Amino acid sequence: MKSIKNHLSLVIALLSILFSIQVFLIVDRSINAYKENLANNYSVIAVSQKRLTNHNILSINKIISNAEELSPDSVIKRLNSDMQNKNIELLKLSLPKFYKITLSYYPSPKEIGKLTADLLRNSSITKVENFSSNHNTTYKLLLLFKSVVTIFALVVIIVTILLIFKELKIWQYKHNERMNIMGLFGAALWLRSAVLFRLAIVDALIASFLALCIFLYISSSPWVLQQFSYIGINIVIFNPLEDFAIILGVALSISVVLASLIVVGHKEEV
Amino acid sequence: MDKVIIAKDLSLSYSNSETIINKVNFSVDSGSFVFITGASGSGKSTLLKSLFGALKPKQGSLVVGGVELVGISCSKLNFLRRHIGIVFQDYKLVKEWSIDKNIMLPLIINGYVKSVAQSQVDKLLKHVRLNHQVGKYPLELSGGEQQRVAMARALAHNPVLILADEPTGNLDEYSSDLIWKLLEGANKQLNTTVIVVTHNIPQTLNVEYKHFHIEYGSIHEVN
Repeated sequence: MKSIKNHLSLVIALLSILFSIQVFLIVDRSINAYKENLANNYSVIAVSQKRLTNHNILSINKIISNAEELSPDSVIKRLNSDMQNKNIELLKLSLPKFYKITLSYYPSPKEIGKLTADLLRNSSITKVENFSSNHNTTYKLLLLFKSVVTIFALVVIIVTILLIFKELKIWQYKHNERMNIMGLFGAALWLRSAVLFRLAIVDALIASFLALCIFLYISSSPWVLQQFSYIGINIVIFNPLEDFAIILGVALSISVVLASLIVVGHKEEV
Repeated sequence: MDKVIIAKDLSLSYSNSETIINKVNFSVDSGSFVFITGASGSGKSTLLKSLFGALKPKQGSLVVGGVELVGISCSKLNFLRRHIGIVFQDYKLVKEWSIDKNIMLPLIINGYVKSVAQSQVDKLLKHVRLNHQVGKYPLELSGGEQQRVAMARALAHNPVLILADEPTGNLDEYSSDLIWKLLEGANKQLNTTVIVVTHNIPQTLNVEYKHFHIEYGSIHEVN
């Protein structure tokens, strides 16, 4: 019972850090997926006096992924009741060209500003509509959400590290006596600290496998999948290979650093 | 006769405190039995600590088993300690280990094969009359029994030197007698050098011994 309690204190602390990291990864992926969705639905309208080729427009800014000329037919349709076909053709030629420009990703307000300036630098383009007020609000909302989650994850990690340091003091007290006695009989440092490192590694493995089970369950939960489908994004919630490697790496690093701090801080007392 | 300990102008003190042992000179022959006595606080235990490198000499020279302890590296000190058996008044047993594992400790450190170590432990447990307590933990035993475990641990790897700090300080008569007999046996049969810090030299001891007395920071041999 006492031994389980000894393991639990570090396992729970490690688990909360691993949980924060994985939640942060999920939120980051969700935001990126959502930004991709937004980028697909977002476009800039440019008005040009002359016809521009796709190549002309793509060379203006790297962010532009495609440009499509808009047909003036819908505008003319409203006027054409009293006009002759010849006049309609003349009007079509004299009208400016409208281009719908789609982008490779959802840009920041700064990038939108630069794109607008780059487009207007072209002598043929007279007007650019970038729908900046709508775009900025969505972008800031995304940034705010990401910042809140990052801060929350950081706070959890800091509080947990403080808890781990407290645990470290208890470990130091518990292991000092045994390490001292082993030292009296000439045990090398690696042998004196072997039990400590074994314990730390076992706790890291337990915490990692618990995290693996929790996130495998979450990632296959119909309720969670439904929530993601509601907001129209499709992401990998938990990648059993990549994410588990990150989780295991973090847990082992923290535990080994913790054990090393105890070994470094150990002073022989007789 | 070979000297197992040679101290020249040896001074000892704890960090930033006054000198406890002041420029003492003494030597101990290999295979001898030595008592160090003195009043409480005279520096007997401090001197013993310096003999296994737990306290670094402040001044002078201290050679144990041919190894100079002034400026000794950790690896050399570990190597030296593997040839010393130590017994403390407070036993210093690892509480979370069974008594068998405690006795096995110096054997593991010295790289014994597990089966050989186990048979040595079984032999020692019989020797200290604790073979009926196999598998128990230190806190399940009486003080006298714990000290017998500590004694078995000190003898396990056949050390060339045994250092004992008040080994019978709080023990009943039966355990005290047994501890003295074990120390006597190690000295007589295995030619192990034994150094014991104590208040009282037992009258029943059947061995020739040397007696050093510590007073006011200096050490002198009592005839």
